[in-house]
Amino acid sequence: MTRTLLPVLTMLGALVVLWYLAVAPMNIRVALDQAERAGADVVPEGSVARRDVSVWRLMAQNGEHIRAGYDLNRPRLPTPAQVGQELWKTTGEMAMKGRAWSKRSLIYHGWITLKSTLWGFLLGTTLGIIGAVAIVYSRVADMSLMPWAIISQTIPIVALAPMIIVLSSQIGVEERGLPKAIISAYLCYFPVLVGMVKGLRAPEVSQLDLLRTYDASGVQSFLKLRLPASVPYLFTSLKVGIAAALVGTIVGELPTGAISGLGARILIGDQFGTPLAIWSALFAAAILAGLLVTLLDLAQRIALRRMGATP
Amino acid sequence: MNTQSTISARGLNLTFQTNDGPVHALKDVDLDIMKGDFVSFIGPSGCGKTTFLRCVAALETPTSGTISVNGIAPDEARRNRAYGYVFQAAGLYPWRTIGGNIRLPLEIMGFSRSEQTERVERVLELVDLEGFDGKYPWQLSGGMQQRASIARALAFDADILLMDEPFGALDEIVRDHLNEQLLKLWARTEKTIGFVTHSIPEAVYLSTRIVVMSPRPGRITDVIESPLPKERPLDLRESPEFLEVAHRVREGLRAGHSYD
Repeated sequence: MTRTLLPVLTMLGALVVLWYLAVAPMNIRVALDQAERAGADVVPEGSVARRDVSVWRLMAQNGEHIRAGYDLNRPRLPTPAQVGQELWKTTGEMAMKGRAWSKRSLIYHGWITLKSTLWGFLLGTTLGIIGAVAIVYSRVADMSLMPWAIISQTIPIVALAPMIIVLSSQIGVEERGLPKAIISAYLCYFPVLVGMVKGLRAPEVSQLDLLRTYDASGVQSFLKLRLPASVPYLFTSLKVGIAAALVGTIVGELPTGAISGLGARILIGDQFGTPLAIWSALFAAAILAGLLVTLLDLAQRIALRRMGATP
Repeated sequence: MNTQSTISARGLNLTFQTNDGPVHALKDVDLDIMKGDFVSFIGPSGCGKTTFLRCVAALETPTSGTISVNGIAPDEARRNRAYGYVFQAAGLYPWRTIGGNIRLPLEIMGFSRSEQTERVERVLELVDLEGFDGKYPWQLSGGMQQRASIARALAFDADILLMDEPFGALDEIVRDHLNEQLLKLWARTEKTIGFVTHSIPEAVYLSTRIVVMSPRPGRITDVIESPLPKERPLDLRESPEFLEVAHRVREGLRAGHSYD
């Protein structure tokens, strides 16, 4: 544990430093506009004139105003501390005031996204496993299903998502949860399918021959050999799948006027020019994904230990 | 009396169709294995020794000729649980304990819980692995794993034991030990054993009969009745009788070997 912790923390530290360094050039124009409005001397004068000057020169000529870029109300790039504050304000602080389910709370929006993600994950995993079983047991399915599965992943989901939402409202589904779950399942079934095909095919020929010498039925060899052999592959796919499901849900929340969910928060933040809202929703999504993957990782460890894996 | 043949092959042919044209894996094989025999199949790669064993087990279907096991067709014999098969790789399921692995055929064949437990205990004792039923395969050495896989093949009381190079991947010291154990096991259980091997000393030490085979096409070149006594200590391998049989096997292998 400590062996992996140090490199992870080092990497994290490097990223934070890089982020802080990036804030200065990213925010210098906004900072100078603000300073000029407050009556300070800025070189060159007027934001139109500054448009043609590179950020590096602006920073060199207005060194005393760089600091202001770290404390803007509407920064182009907020600092990690600002994002952290915003995140706390919209989650922990609201929860402490008993307003966790307010429409301004990211806990509420996170829950909306999580619900769709889990439904999509369930749907996608089920489809992926059924597809994998079909592919492994039927040559026809192997030749017909697999190419389509691969093609399905080459279609950009952002193009497909609005269509799924429009089509599902055409057939009378007003609830937004369902189309979101479908989009999420669309992204999530593929890694599960590929992983399970590999897992179900993992047993060696001699292991299958052994079962034939017992005159085992197809169902028996599936339950006793192929299924348990596929478990390590399944968990690996599930971890990829749940992250894909979350991305799918967020993409499903972006188009056509969704008002709740982390994706909607990102879109609204973009439309109202509040990068802080975008970044905090982004981090909420990342934390959610991290939690989900960690949970699955834990389940994997427990399951594999029960199946006698080498500790 | 041992007059009834347990396994009988007449004019057995098996041709595989490959991309490089047909491969004659078995050509005109005639062989009778009597009840209680310990028959070794020896020969270079591609001589059809494994293929013959797989035909007995109904894992391959001969192109022509007949083969019977206990007087009936191989696939029917399989349904009657006529044989246990031991592969070169122990092939224990890593997610099952040793006991769980031995229970596998018993579960598939529908033995009751209590009978499963009782049988697992009995065959573990037979292969000297008492007390290991709760261990996982990775906790055992290669030789112990192979013993567990033999126990698995013995668990459902088949009369025939088919072994396809079961000790091929083990080092010589372990191999000697397992050979000795296998003979004791054979004496105790009176099974009919078909044993595929690459090793001349192993074949001579274990067998009552040695079937020498040669490749392209796979065929039998010699069948040697061993004059060695049933009781065989390891140092028997230095006796003149032993060396004489080994010499004959080597001659048979050389005669059948046509390199072109």
